[in-house]
Amino acid sequence: MTERTIHVDYLARVEGEGALKVRIRDNRVEEVQLKIFEPPRFFEAFLRGRSYLEAPDITARICGICPVAYQMSSCHAMERALGMKVDGPIRELRRLLYCGEWIESHVLHVYLLHAPDFLGYPDAIQMAKDYPEAVQHGLALKKVGNSLMTLLGGREIHPINVRIGGFYRAPTVEELRAFRPELEGALPLAEEMVHFAADLDFPDIEEDYEFVSLRPEKEYPMNEGDVVSNRGVKVPQDRWEDVFEEVQVPHSNALQSVRKGAGSYLVGPLSRYALNRDHLTPRADQLARSVGLPDIVRNPYKSIVVRGIETVYAIEEALRLIEHYHRPERSWVEPPPVTKTVTGAATTEAPRGILFHRYRIGAGGLIEDAKIVAPTSQNQKRIEDDLWHLVERSLALDEATLTDACERAIRNHDPCISCATHFLQLDLERQ
Amino acid sequence: MPLARKPRLGVFKFASCDGCQLSVLDCEDELLAIAGAVDIADFREASRAVLEGPYDLSLVEGSVTTAHDAQRIKEIRKQSKALVTIGACATSGGIQALKNFGDVEEYRRVVYAHPEFIATLATSTAIADHVPVDFELRGCPISKSQLLEAIGAFLQGRAPNLPNESVCIECKRRGNVCVMVAHGTPCLGPVTQAGCGAICPAFNRGCYGCFGPQATPNTGALIIELKTLGMAPPAVQRLFRTFNANAPAFRAASESVAAEASAP
Repeated sequence: MTERTIHVDYLARVEGEGALKVRIRDNRVEEVQLKIFEPPRFFEAFLRGRSYLEAPDITARICGICPVAYQMSSCHAMERALGMKVDGPIRELRRLLYCGEWIESHVLHVYLLHAPDFLGYPDAIQMAKDYPEAVQHGLALKKVGNSLMTLLGGREIHPINVRIGGFYRAPTVEELRAFRPELEGALPLAEEMVHFAADLDFPDIEEDYEFVSLRPEKEYPMNEGDVVSNRGVKVPQDRWEDVFEEVQVPHSNALQSVRKGAGSYLVGPLSRYALNRDHLTPRADQLARSVGLPDIVRNPYKSIVVRGIETVYAIEEALRLIEHYHRPERSWVEPPPVTKTVTGAATTEAPRGILFHRYRIGAGGLIEDAKIVAPTSQNQKRIEDDLWHLVERSLALDEATLTDACERAIRNHDPCISCATHFLQLDLERQ
Repeated sequence: MPLARKPRLGVFKFASCDGCQLSVLDCEDELLAIAGAVDIADFREASRAVLEGPYDLSLVEGSVTTAHDAQRIKEIRKQSKALVTIGACATSGGIQALKNFGDVEEYRRVVYAHPEFIATLATSTAIADHVPVDFELRGCPISKSQLLEAIGAFLQGRAPNLPNESVCIECKRRGNVCVMVAHGTPCLGPVTQAGCGAICPAFNRGCYGCFGPQATPNTGALIIELKTLGMAPPAVQRLFRTFNANAPAFRAASESVAAEASAP
């Protein structure tokens, strides 16, 4: 009987702190644990007793990479609890803000975090020595996403302009129109990113994913739509808990999600694309076709191409939203007084996948109970499954190569461990 | 002539949202120049390559919330010629320092079905509570221009030239209308350190204090003004208890409101 162990103490180029442990006995994988040792921060506990109006600013601090997602899920949950309807230009501005976050987060992942894996560099700085144009164009493109967030939100990280019911200040038509040249200039850079990504070498692997995302009737998903899957799930977005549940495992400070009665599932760009491809803009759709992306992408490594397609979409969508924008008379809908206990929930599409929030608010407006399920905790179990299959296929590899391969497989899903509570350590045991 | 070794930069994370270290990567126009001026020796969010210490400059994000981290920061300090904390978590304990005012055992039970799996200290504390710190960058998140100034200053061996005045001064300079005087909007600008660019008043909202208390904050006078605007004591207390709740001046302000509210 032989037992093997490999240790990686810290997985790099992910957001947060984590580790991976794999145990192999007699050439069979016995255990895969994605360990999250990001220190717990207890948001759901200290939200209790805060005003419901404070939730967007407080929950944004769960994640510096996707603060808009937290602001959007909390706003929509509160508005649903209070029976508020927010539409027209405010709805469109929220979508525009989300476009900024998608562009920034996707480009960060494609060029700075993910591409170095394919090209064999420890980081994008080293990669820039041989691929200066790619990295410079990536930074320029990322900056456009950040500039859009700054324009609408006041700053790129933890925007200050979002409130329950809308925005503190709505931009003028002229302010938004003045931003068009930057977006127009970004479009060819994003198309270049798709080609750059599509030309990388991909391991020939497919996984049998249950894809889960929002599915609106008329548009690519951001803030609206039911939660659906390719295996028949379809529930209103505030009923996430009807279908999914969180379980706690001893090796992790994050809670893992599963579909009740089924198992792991995948959220994020591969899922949105698989379930909403018909809602892409013609240009993004055509580009996906021209680089040979199938209607459903089951190769997790190709998520880098899908992030590129979603970036092209987000830029085009931002241009469309600006074109049709008219400034609302009031930049927010005034919430009604909270006179009794109410509950509301919402799911929106963070760059990494769906983010669920549910709140109970007491009469007077203080939060009594909060539940937040981050995309990475929903993907955690599915990442373990990917790793299990990878290690089974790769038993002949030496420790160092196998360890690198495991880290890569994790980065495919752009995990944000700060969200899931955040850096990975690989601890691979062969027995 | 052989060049001297490039300075080594480390970027380290404690309990945080990663937003402040993301600010380094968000310096899109300067990132490659920074990388040319220093050896990025340890920056796990950005690179797999790790060079051993000692580091000429360490940027530390996040607060100390576990016994392991209380030990780890001591090791980082030993390896660092200069140590600069970046952001509200590292300089005051961050939003997670709200647990300092609550019952952490109960918190653990609320969030986790098996609280016994979770290792945590009862408090979230600033880096300076554990080791000497050479400079603190405020903000939730930090300002990119302040970050660039601090990195440049340490590389040149001078003190960073950053303001410690209040947001009010910055707000006047920006030409904002005072939201408190003109609209009656509660605002922490008078007691909060400048650095953000007074963005909240520029967007018609009051400052919520994410850069923490300025050097000599008159919180007592501001509390009177906030109440005059109609804020109830619990709301005033919550206003001081957000991203810098554990900064001494904000902590004292929130506790003074609490003591008053519970007085007969």
